[in-house]
Amino acid sequence: MSGGLHELSAKQALAGLRAGKISSVELTRAYLERIEQHNPRLNAYLYVAAESALQAAAAADKQYAKARRSKGGKLPALLGLPIAVKDVLAVAGMPATCGSRILENFVPSYTATSVQRLLDAGVVVLGKTNTDEFAMGSSTENSAYGVTLNPWDETRVPGGSSGGSAAAVAGRLAPVALGTDTGGSVRQPAAFCGLTGLKTTYGRVSRYGLVAFGSSLDTVGVLARDAADAGLILKVMGGYDPQDATTVEKTPKLEKPSGKSLKGLRIGVPKEYFIEGLSAEVENGVREGIRQLEVLGAKAVPVSLPHTEYALPVYYIIAPAEASANLARFDGVRYGLRVAQDDLIEMFKRSRGAGFGPEVKRRIMIGSYALSAGYYDAYYGQAQKVRALIRRDFDNVFKKVDLIAAPSAPSTAFRIGAHGNDPLEMYLEDVFTLPANLAGVPGLCVCAGFDGQGLPIGLQMLGPHFADERLLAVAAAYQKVTDWHKQAPAL
Amino acid sequence: MSSKYQPVIGLEVHAVLETRSKMFCACPVVDSTVGEPNIAVCPVCAGMPGMLPVINQAAVEYALRVALALNCTINLTSIFARKSYFYPDLPKGFQISQYEQPLAQNGWLTIDTAEGEQRIAIRRVHIEEDTGKLTHVERDGERYSLVDLNRSGVPLLEIVTEPELHSVEAVRNCAYALRSILRYVGVNSGNLEKGLMRIEPNISIRPVGSTEFGTRAEIKNLNSFRSLERATTYELARQEQLVEAGGAVVQQTLGWDDARGTTQAQRSKEVAEDYRYFPEPDLPPLVVEKAWVEKIRKGLPELPQARRERFISKYGLKAYDANVIVAEREVADFYEAAVAAAKTADAKLIANWLTGPLFGLMNEAGVEVGDLRFGAKQLAALCDQVAADKVNAAGAREVLGVLFAEGGSPASIVKARGLQQISDSGQLAAWVGEVIEAHPKQAADFLAGNAPLLNFLFGQVMQKAGGKANPAAVRDELQAQLSKLGK
Repeated sequence: MSGGLHELSAKQALAGLRAGKISSVELTRAYLERIEQHNPRLNAYLYVAAESALQAAAAADKQYAKARRSKGGKLPALLGLPIAVKDVLAVAGMPATCGSRILENFVPSYTATSVQRLLDAGVVVLGKTNTDEFAMGSSTENSAYGVTLNPWDETRVPGGSSGGSAAAVAGRLAPVALGTDTGGSVRQPAAFCGLTGLKTTYGRVSRYGLVAFGSSLDTVGVLARDAADAGLILKVMGGYDPQDATTVEKTPKLEKPSGKSLKGLRIGVPKEYFIEGLSAEVENGVREGIRQLEVLGAKAVPVSLPHTEYALPVYYIIAPAEASANLARFDGVRYGLRVAQDDLIEMFKRSRGAGFGPEVKRRIMIGSYALSAGYYDAYYGQAQKVRALIRRDFDNVFKKVDLIAAPSAPSTAFRIGAHGNDPLEMYLEDVFTLPANLAGVPGLCVCAGFDGQGLPIGLQMLGPHFADERLLAVAAAYQKVTDWHKQAPAL
Repeated sequence: MSSKYQPVIGLEVHAVLETRSKMFCACPVVDSTVGEPNIAVCPVCAGMPGMLPVINQAAVEYALRVALALNCTINLTSIFARKSYFYPDLPKGFQISQYEQPLAQNGWLTIDTAEGEQRIAIRRVHIEEDTGKLTHVERDGERYSLVDLNRSGVPLLEIVTEPELHSVEAVRNCAYALRSILRYVGVNSGNLEKGLMRIEPNISIRPVGSTEFGTRAEIKNLNSFRSLERATTYELARQEQLVEAGGAVVQQTLGWDDARGTTQAQRSKEVAEDYRYFPEPDLPPLVVEKAWVEKIRKGLPELPQARRERFISKYGLKAYDANVIVAEREVADFYEAAVAAAKTADAKLIANWLTGPLFGLMNEAGVEVGDLRFGAKQLAALCDQVAADKVNAAGAREVLGVLFAEGGSPASIVKARGLQQISDSGQLAAWVGEVIEAHPKQAADFLAGNAPLLNFLFGQVMQKAGGKANPAAVRDELQAQLSKLGK
């Protein structure tokens, strides 16, 4: 089967591994070859763990062989499956630069809970993927280690901040990858790269070992080729973690549609997501996707999330405020970049000045300002109040519908440098994805077609808290009758 | 302080909650003044990227014990907040503390002042984490600082009183009372030198009769009760001089220089640091169940104030003695155990022997009740011997000395040392008769009105008895025989 191994989905690959048709070493080697061939150009990976990956793959093969000999024994769910990990998630012994100079040589001694659970389930970590610095950005252009190219069009960005993970999965440099989503950083790159991207419910997946950007917004998610693959990963990495006080002990059980039919499913289409600035091609693609869901038996109804327009300003107060505190630990004292100085304050200033890029500095300044005495009530305090209204919008709508369908991003993948001069333009990229983070609800992006230039269009679905599986089930039903997700870019 | 101004002082006390593990991670709480640096450190308390805090329930329980002992209202929902500032001993660049909604507020405690008992209001009690420790080194012309994170993340309780203390004495008594409560509820051993309890007075003065507050200064670095008193006295005088000279007090943080006996400005609050507090997003609001709070309340020991009242009414102790005994829970427990074990000695006698001779020996040797080589039963037995006239005071002191040095049983020490008191009336009458006969002149002079000579004759009898005669009986017999002689 070699030669086409990288074409297998995670589910197919696991079936092949279990059946003994392929080995994890073959599979891993196939991806490492793809990486060797295309990564120098795409820059999806910042670090490739070739040696340890092959060792883990060999160990997995041994375990399969042993199980086959003894005919039985329960094998870990993801044994031998290669994955890529966004560089903001700690994997012990591998660098975790977070796309920043300030952590250039930082190698954590610990592993993020999400990754650890996957490792315990037998995955093989291929390497760490590129990201906007500390996940702040929508294009990977803010990475200190260079932009990642979109495999569909190498003059374009893959989206961000999980652009490295998205490009890796889209380019078949990994079967599946972990990303993180603070304001759209899984869903928007999934849209730009034609992938299935799951942003989990806040509290569903542990943040332990995820280098924090906006702590009340950060979620760990998955970039996959289809909903089934994303579901495999979520099932293993989700759940309560005693090391993260914001994870939920018991996940509320939600009914999920099964099989092909979506009969009885009510889909809300919020008018606030179909506004000026949304490209016509994207709108058509999204509406066509919704129509397809109706064909499957769902009923689409117009709904309103009246506070949507405030999501962007609210987000750009809360996220930078939290970031300004989260990034205070990078002071050059214990780890990371230090610009040695005789004076302490001078050392702090020079280290941080040299270590952080412009977007990170901008957000630290915005956040510090919003939290300052005398400004707190007008900015941070007010933003929290409006955030509660945005959350209530979702609560209200989810009393009437089972999920929301909307675009993931205003446009398809844009050209590298297109928003280079205007941070506000870049911030608008996240206008459709931010509200879910503010509300803490799950979101999922599926590919719903391509525009005239052959660029993927993303359809976003949002669900109530802990309805992650419902989103996956609806996406799976959609992907049974469509084949957009099966398209792969020619590299 | 002259009578023109009134001191207005509040206390901010930081007390380590001496739990097994730290506030937000599983690292043990170790004595950071001894031993190796950085032995109790993990990625969480070292502020590594991606690490998250998890609340230590034991620390919350400890904090609730103190808050309840201070008669506070407990906020069943309280909020942790981030307090941001840069310093190398603060690994995350922010301290997790409580700000807008503390664990507890609006409490009080009672203290003694020259004007009698005073109720001091407690503004708030909240939980936070401690910082690490910096050591500044200068070696071979090179200056650098060493960071020890053993203390980083250790649970701290901050207790803030209202500015209702109006004398140095009140400040001292309030600090003692707080320390006593912390020790009673078993959360803190009260050691200031080790930094387990840190007291920061905020001090201002105002003209007597005024109800407005003056500008206050805060004093830090006080590591003993003595320096608390000295610094407060010094600062009050400094402010008075300043105001008298037409100057104004500046709001600032002062450091106490114990060697020089002066306060010095640390940083001016005019360029107040902005801590940019905001709710800690990594921790959900701290919710404490009402039933749990009530369980903790029920489990509280009798507190010093209540115990003092009981000692006065039940045992008939003087307020001063009661205060001295209840100040430390172990001492009060020791006392009550002795009272319970005593057969003939009453509670007052035991209090006298405890606060007098025994405290004297303990202070001299720098020993705590817990370190004694004998128990409450032995103290009771000794006092029983005294009460039953089996040994006299001098003999009992000797026995106590032996108990203190070696331990043992009072009865056998008395026996072994031949300290049994002689009360046999025939023997005493014979000794008295012999002394009067040997000193006819002194006896005659006494009868002629020279009263102090009785003591001389008494001394002679005691000498004959080798100090073991019952002194009261000797006096009685002397009086009897002399008056017979005079007739």
